[in-house]
Amino acid sequence: MNVQTALWVAQRASAAVLAVCVAVHLAMIIYAVQGGLTAAEILGRTRGNAGWLAFYSAFVLAVTVHAPIGLRSICIEWLGWRGRSRDVVLSLFALLIAWMGVRAALGVFA
Amino acid sequence: MKVFVKRASGFQKFEVPRHPSQTVLDVVTYIQRSLDPTLAYRYACRVGMCGSCAMTVNGVPRWTCRTHVDKVVRDDALEVGPLKNLPVVRDLVTDMREFFDKWARAKGQFQGTRTKREDFAVVPPASEERKLVDASIECIGCGVCYAACDVVAWNPDYLGPAALNRAWTLVKDARDSLKIERLRAVAGDAGCHSCHTHMSCTEHCPKKLSPTAGIAGLKRETARALLKGEL
Repeated sequence: MNVQTALWVAQRASAAVLAVCVAVHLAMIIYAVQGGLTAAEILGRTRGNAGWLAFYSAFVLAVTVHAPIGLRSICIEWLGWRGRSRDVVLSLFALLIAWMGVRAALGVFA
Repeated sequence: MKVFVKRASGFQKFEVPRHPSQTVLDVVTYIQRSLDPTLAYRYACRVGMCGSCAMTVNGVPRWTCRTHVDKVVRDDALEVGPLKNLPVVRDLVTDMREFFDKWARAKGQFQGTRTKREDFAVVPPASEERKLVDASIECIGCGVCYAACDVVAWNPDYLGPAALNRAWTLVKDARDSLKIERLRAVAGDAGCHSCHTHMSCTEHCPKKLSPTAGIAGLKRETARALLKGEL
């Protein structure tokens, strides 16, 4: 299998998911701010809500896939950084994003 | 008009008389024949077919034989230099070896299946595949797109718009038999997946081709081959 082609497909697919997630996320922020919802009111709606947990889990997964692939190109073009060390660092970065994202999604669910 | 020509020592200034319908190649030829015979530049056909006279004119890569001075002169001055992204041999002459080696690396060679004992292959002009590359096959290999490409500047391994455009014409050639091998050659960090769709190649191509569209086509074809398990 051609790895770079697979990465490209993964980046495009995750971008399609992000297009929806970012739009919903922004719309929700604007709605919450305009309606003057307090933190407690927001938590009241998200806690125990499996729908929001599923939505933000998908969002986190898409970011985890998308961002490191983009950074990979930046590493090549700006830093000339290739090879195993780059891929290890980017994999760790992906894990960091996933950990932070899951923590945040669970934080407003549990 | 004042003409500043990029040479090893820096820009050299020349005074060149203006004429109606004068091209940038005319200007460079005047300098070499009447002012400084040591000036090195390259040209052959003078009519926009051979692709050998491309240079940087006022910071923009152009085919000089078909670029009228009227169109590009600014404040009665011109700045002429060699193409970017290519090593300079001398003055306005660049070394095109890497540029054409990349065509070979992109598997730009046609590989048919018929022998001379068989009849000609028929490619219907109205077929979808042929229509997709109708424009792309008109590339004259001038290197303007390669000099205009940011990705080539950032990533010297990148095959570049012209080589990928060539590969695209062959991927869509009904007679060609190297499809998967060629897709393998153009996939990856040196190939179509590095294109950022800045479209500088399409913007500057003197033949008004769109290598960007061809590169996008290669991305689609490689993705399709990957999903079919062929890549």
